[in-house]
Amino acid sequence: MNLNLWLIPLFPLIGFVLNGLLGKRLPKGAVTGIALGSVAASLAYVAFVFSQLWPLTGAHTEHYFTWINSGFLNVGFDFTVDRLSAVMLAIVTGVGFLIHIYATGYMAGDPGYYRFFSYFNLFMFFMLVLVLASNLLVLFVGWEGVGLCSYLLVGYYFTEDFATNAANKAFIVNRIGDFGFSLGMFLTVFLFRTLDFGKIAASVSTMPAEAGVGVLTLICLLLFVGATGKSAQFPLYVWLPDAMAGPTPVSALIHAATMVTAGVYMVARVSFLFSHAPRAMEVMAIIGLFTAVFAATIGMAQNDIKKVFAYSTVSQLGYMFLGLGVGAYSAGIFHVMTHAFFKALLFLGAGSVIHGLSGEQDLRHMGGLRKAMPITCWTLFIASLAISGVPGFSGFFSKDEILAAAYAHAPWMFWVGAITAGITAFYVFRAWFLAFFGTYRGHHHAHESPLVMTGPLMILAILSAIGGFINVPEWLAPLYSAPEAGHVSVMAISATMGLLGIVIALFLYVIRPELAERAKKAAGPLYTLVENKYYVDEIYQDVVVAPIEGISRFLLWRGVDEALLDTVFVNGSGRFVRSIGGLLRQLQSGSIRNYATWVLAGSLLVIFFIGLFGGVR
Amino acid sequence: MNLLLVTLFLPLIGFFIILLLPRNSKAPFTAALLITLATFLASLGLIGPVVRNGSQVSSAVDWLWISSPSMQIHFHAGIDGINLWLVLLTTLLLPVAVWMTNSVIAEDRRKPFFALLLLFEFGIVGVFSVLDLFAFYVFWEVALVPMYLLVGSFGGPQRVAAAMKFFVYTMTGSVLMLTCILYLHHLAGTFDYLEIYSRLASGQAVLGPEQQLLLFLGFFAAFAVKVPIVPFHTWLPATYTEAPAPATFLLAAVMSKMGTYGLLRYAVALFPAGAHHYARGIATLAIIGIVYGALLALIQPNIKRLIAYSSVSHLGFIVLGLFTFTQQGTDGAVYQMVAHGLSTGALFLLAGYLEQRRGSMEITDFGGIASSAPGLATAFLITLLASIGLPTLCNFIGEFLVLQGAALTKFSWAVWAAIGVILSAAYMLWMYQRTFLGKPNARNASFPDLRGADWISILPLIALMVWLGCYTQSFLPPISAATSRILEQNRQNEEYRVQLPTQVTELRHER
Repeated sequence: MNLNLWLIPLFPLIGFVLNGLLGKRLPKGAVTGIALGSVAASLAYVAFVFSQLWPLTGAHTEHYFTWINSGFLNVGFDFTVDRLSAVMLAIVTGVGFLIHIYATGYMAGDPGYYRFFSYFNLFMFFMLVLVLASNLLVLFVGWEGVGLCSYLLVGYYFTEDFATNAANKAFIVNRIGDFGFSLGMFLTVFLFRTLDFGKIAASVSTMPAEAGVGVLTLICLLLFVGATGKSAQFPLYVWLPDAMAGPTPVSALIHAATMVTAGVYMVARVSFLFSHAPRAMEVMAIIGLFTAVFAATIGMAQNDIKKVFAYSTVSQLGYMFLGLGVGAYSAGIFHVMTHAFFKALLFLGAGSVIHGLSGEQDLRHMGGLRKAMPITCWTLFIASLAISGVPGFSGFFSKDEILAAAYAHAPWMFWVGAITAGITAFYVFRAWFLAFFGTYRGHHHAHESPLVMTGPLMILAILSAIGGFINVPEWLAPLYSAPEAGHVSVMAISATMGLLGIVIALFLYVIRPELAERAKKAAGPLYTLVENKYYVDEIYQDVVVAPIEGISRFLLWRGVDEALLDTVFVNGSGRFVRSIGGLLRQLQSGSIRNYATWVLAGSLLVIFFIGLFGGVR
Repeated sequence: MNLLLVTLFLPLIGFFIILLLPRNSKAPFTAALLITLATFLASLGLIGPVVRNGSQVSSAVDWLWISSPSMQIHFHAGIDGINLWLVLLTTLLLPVAVWMTNSVIAEDRRKPFFALLLLFEFGIVGVFSVLDLFAFYVFWEVALVPMYLLVGSFGGPQRVAAAMKFFVYTMTGSVLMLTCILYLHHLAGTFDYLEIYSRLASGQAVLGPEQQLLLFLGFFAAFAVKVPIVPFHTWLPATYTEAPAPATFLLAAVMSKMGTYGLLRYAVALFPAGAHHYARGIATLAIIGIVYGALLALIQPNIKRLIAYSSVSHLGFIVLGLFTFTQQGTDGAVYQMVAHGLSTGALFLLAGYLEQRRGSMEITDFGGIASSAPGLATAFLITLLASIGLPTLCNFIGEFLVLQGAALTKFSWAVWAAIGVILSAAYMLWMYQRTFLGKPNARNASFPDLRGADWISILPLIALMVWLGCYTQSFLPPISAATSRILEQNRQNEEYRVQLPTQVTELRHER
């Protein structure tokens, strides 16, 4: 059965081409129609594909053409739909469509409206290619492509230095991750002679348990390096908070709901490799857990509402990797989905606040907005409950699956994760209380956003509330063994932690606001450290960027290239030849007497040598 | 009629025609454009036979050129999977260079410029297509002369010094090659490439390890300077920067491929033992070049110089691929020759338009021009993305295959070389940011965008970058067919690989 899966990414690609080439001349309504219509078409086609393949127990693969064929290596341009990619397809097209609608309101007054939507559509194209890919190289096409779109959209306000700096940082840091990813690919080819997921899975399953463990572990670690770049894990997370320089719908779609989860998806996609590399999984779990705590603590001390949510995203992605690392792949993907709902909602809500306050992002200049923006306020409340893991809301279910699996793997991981859940609830509610409670501290006139923006908020609020009842782990059961059933005490502890965080936030920012300042002072240098994000950016600048620049400029360019190679060797050899010539030139003096002297000297020399070696006897 | 003959000699005829045309008129431009376009159309006819069988030489010409009792020099030329796309790259880029010359060079100086471009095309197509070692040497030098004159008489303020360094440096290398060509003739009794190659392949003629090492090094000297391989590269930044824009465009896009092509066609194919013996050292130099070129590109204050160093870095990938002796690496190297020609050529083309509009190439003279010249900014961005190896654009395929080949041969090679991929994003995006993004100052507030005529030159290149990046089946099969033959040949001569020169000298002592 040929379902023409290629149509799914094709629609947004057409949207990109039309708006990119003609958008400047088209009326705004047409731009909107093309942008929304193309994503709607993808969404509808995804639904059609699902209806054809239901219940999707196996994998449906389609081959289009040979992309690269060199020697034994044959890489096809192939797409696959199975239950894993189905989850991602639904998230990407569904949430993507909602955010597109929202963006038509948010970007309504922007002069680059067409440009924004052409990039947005291009992103959808690459993201869908990434999800549909049935080999690592096609996945890498989407992987790099979404990175490009991230670059374009983070740097959307390209006349502003903060935006272009953030865009460059995003691309370059991701390149470091891609360095690992591509090396992982090369080793995969070395070991398996193919990049096809299906074929690799088949050969891994027939491999004896110990065979190739070293190479497999290295492959998995290298692929995970790629994931730390794209999914903003320690130590490559630094680009994501800066990426908030882009328009808020970008933060919601790319830097919360979809692109940044690509690393999680990729690891889940090649879970058959990771399952053979327990050490790599352990590393992944520890990095994920560490990132979760680390970013959550930074999130406590941020004043920019988008930065709070950005660090929250880094932290939640850490949870997902914790889940993957302890073997609960389906729990990780489950969290990808619920996170897409509530984090997209948090960002869109933040965008609604920013839109309503004419661009204000600082929490210190907000406050008391719940009357002026009731829909934004209460939808954000639901999102905050969801991310805090309050029982019944979506985040509770997925986070609980992860923590239960962590407990089964190593109890200390569970405890760290549970404490992080408390911190998460604290900083999210801190932001919510600071924005919507107390008295208004800004000077803009606040207003509620139009229906095109609040509509998606309400839909996402419903999904954030009840999304946990979509049983993703059960859906993925044919692919991954079922994770540990949540122990009641595990559930109780993590839920309590979340509630505790909410209560502390309530106490510090609503009931006794003066205490928050005092707590800040009491923490002293510790607070400064956290507020400055542990100075990681500064460390990278001083330890990595500045030395590379210095060495390149002074040692390599001025020293090796100009002084040593060019002046000493190249020009030096020229000068050397010339000076020999200069020396020999002295002989050509033009004076007859000199020449006669030389002739005489030469003759004497000849006679002397002939006499010496016995030519004449 | 043999289309290769047309492709080769039409530019030479054109050279003489243009010399006869009046100076201050449209005629030289029209003639140059028509001749280069006709040459391109003729060269398209070369594709068919090669696609049918890439490992065999097609469209062959074989004339006795110089005959004396001691040596027979043939004019022997032909096309196979290795040189097909390079010839086409040349014939495609020449009309572009002519088109560009018409907008960036002052009118009263265009006539000699066009004439030299055509002479250059004759030389380059000759280098890529001849199959006789002596003729190869002749064309190698023929291509050098017009480029020397273009740089020396139309370039920037330091043009004479740059041209001199370029000429003397490349000449030094090629003289060594000439010596080796004569030595090879002494050993084989012929200059004919295919003859020598088939004798070696069939075992009728055997080059001993010592002879191979010597011959390999002689050829390598010429090619290493021409590519250039670090540390023989210092002529390049000076020449690329001082050359007039269309000449830089051709230097980077086409002329740098003379060296890499020669490495594969002559140094690797004829002297496998020599190539294998020095492979580790050369691969190391290539990797040093990749990282070193990229690091120097990071901190260049001049756009042309930056692209020049990035070119050093990219050419390192090609050399690395050749010395992996894997199908992937060699295919990738040949693919990258074409891809690099397109992407770096297009970068220099656009840099030429920038230079024409601002009269400078210093990055600090630019900034914020994306606001007033969005078309130029977009074209530059696409080209830049191709250059840094974004999938779906041309360079990715070449770099991926080269790195894959390197990883199969020695994983650490791939690790080090891949650092160049990280750095390429850094230097290119920083340059793009400082040149195109940000707020424009007063001078750049009304920077003229690309005109319709400029688009005509860049659009075909962009289209090809996408084509090469997305659908390699149009280009790769003939390359694979030809390279697999060379690799197969290499494997047959494997017996020499184990013999190191130390052992060789020991053997001689015993005698």
